[in-house]
Amino acid sequence: MGNNRYTLNKELAQMLKGGVIMDVTTPEQAKIAEEAGACAVMALERIPADIRTVGGVSRMSDPSMVKGIQSSVSIPVMAKVRIGHFTEAQILQALEIDYIDESEVLSPADDKYHIDKTQFNVPFVCGAKDLGEALRRISEGASMIRTKGEPGTGDIVQAVRHMRMMTNEIRRIQSMRQDELYQTTKELMVSFDLIKFVHENGKLPVVNFAAGGIATPADAALMMLLGAEGVFVGSGIFKSGNPAKRAAAIVKAVTNFNDAVLLAKLSEDLGEAMVGINEQEIELLMAERGK
Amino acid sequence: MRIGILAVQGAFAEHEQMLESLGAEHFQIRQKKDLNVPFDGLILPGGESTVMGKLLRELDLFEPLNLLIKKGFPVFGTCAGLLLLAQKISNDDRTYFGSMALTAKRNAYGRQLGSFEANAEFKDVGNVPMIFIRAPYIEEVLDNTQILSKVDRNIVAAKQGNQLVTAFHPELTNNTSVHEHFLKIVMEHKS
Repeated sequence: MGNNRYTLNKELAQMLKGGVIMDVTTPEQAKIAEEAGACAVMALERIPADIRTVGGVSRMSDPSMVKGIQSSVSIPVMAKVRIGHFTEAQILQALEIDYIDESEVLSPADDKYHIDKTQFNVPFVCGAKDLGEALRRISEGASMIRTKGEPGTGDIVQAVRHMRMMTNEIRRIQSMRQDELYQTTKELMVSFDLIKFVHENGKLPVVNFAAGGIATPADAALMMLLGAEGVFVGSGIFKSGNPAKRAAAIVKAVTNFNDAVLLAKLSEDLGEAMVGINEQEIELLMAERGK
Repeated sequence: MRIGILAVQGAFAEHEQMLESLGAEHFQIRQKKDLNVPFDGLILPGGESTVMGKLLRELDLFEPLNLLIKKGFPVFGTCAGLLLLAQKISNDDRTYFGSMALTAKRNAYGRQLGSFEANAEFKDVGNVPMIFIRAPYIEEVLDNTQILSKVDRNIVAAKQGNQLVTAFHPELTNNTSVHEHFLKIVMEHKS
């Protein structure tokens, strides 16, 4: 991947800012998402909540399903590959996918190495639960980061924890002396130039979205106020009573996250939210996959 | 001189930085009440045109902005912003303000793998670096719409009255000349 390709890929993420990326499993759902104002869709066979219920190994989606979604909408289409599964990534690149999510939601294919994303022309987004993970993924070639959160739970606590952890560490590095920065490269296991970028700019060198457990307009607005530049909503939409209405409300909440009066109106009569499960009740912590 | 930037979705912060570097005052337009301050020009940024078009209507921004644009208010649209102003989009049934006499093609270069950088001549401005991200281009201009720039025979910038559009993203580069060009239009309209 040339330098200019990586810049172009980071820039596509910039265009997605202030938007909502929605998980969809069929062309019909993709259309509902686009109509509701999604800035991109994530094509996958089973949404995280169902992956939890059904269990078993979860893999990249069937290419015919991805193609079906690509031809049904005009917005960017993303799809997930297993952590470390560079062949799945090559397949998605062959489909000309707009963004690959190397995702802990699927069963990891490699328990040690992530994909060398610098070898690809299509962009990658990766999950992170702290600054170290985020910067390590960036050094592997990720051009967008999202919090891991805890997918398929409808419980926002982990996404909040991960976003706070990242912004907290960024503030800490910003206030460091130069000599302290060197030690930080060892703690976070990342190169000095990335630490230096964070020190000088007070942010990640790529766009940072929130993901994992967002179920309501208030959840989405909370994540924006905590520093997210946009949100992914997975199970929260199509596991709820009225997906189209909830999706549209979340889109508007992300735009006007600071206006509580509007948020109150948006939160009215949305029907059932996804039932969800609390973090103490879950057996599989997806966020622990891939560090 | 104060510029309003549509900030419902997309890369509006990049336009803010650009105006910042040129010393122009700016503010974000996220809902109708944001329009209560006087301003002299409007920027429609890059992002997803479907999202912006929908939010413009649902946040009651469409009518007041439409009225302004139709009255000749200076407006600058980049990428998705171009689509919001196009009279016709050849591969999409949707139109938005439809105030510029041109036909645009959406995602004209294909998916993200088709995104690219170029350098080309921009009328009255000179050579400018251009970044195209899942970009549209202009298939044809009508009436008195003026072509300002072409890349590989495709029209990538145009002007009609006080409306300026680019298929590329000048806000993603360090070159401020296209924004300066727009501010000149704003200045002339103001005086």
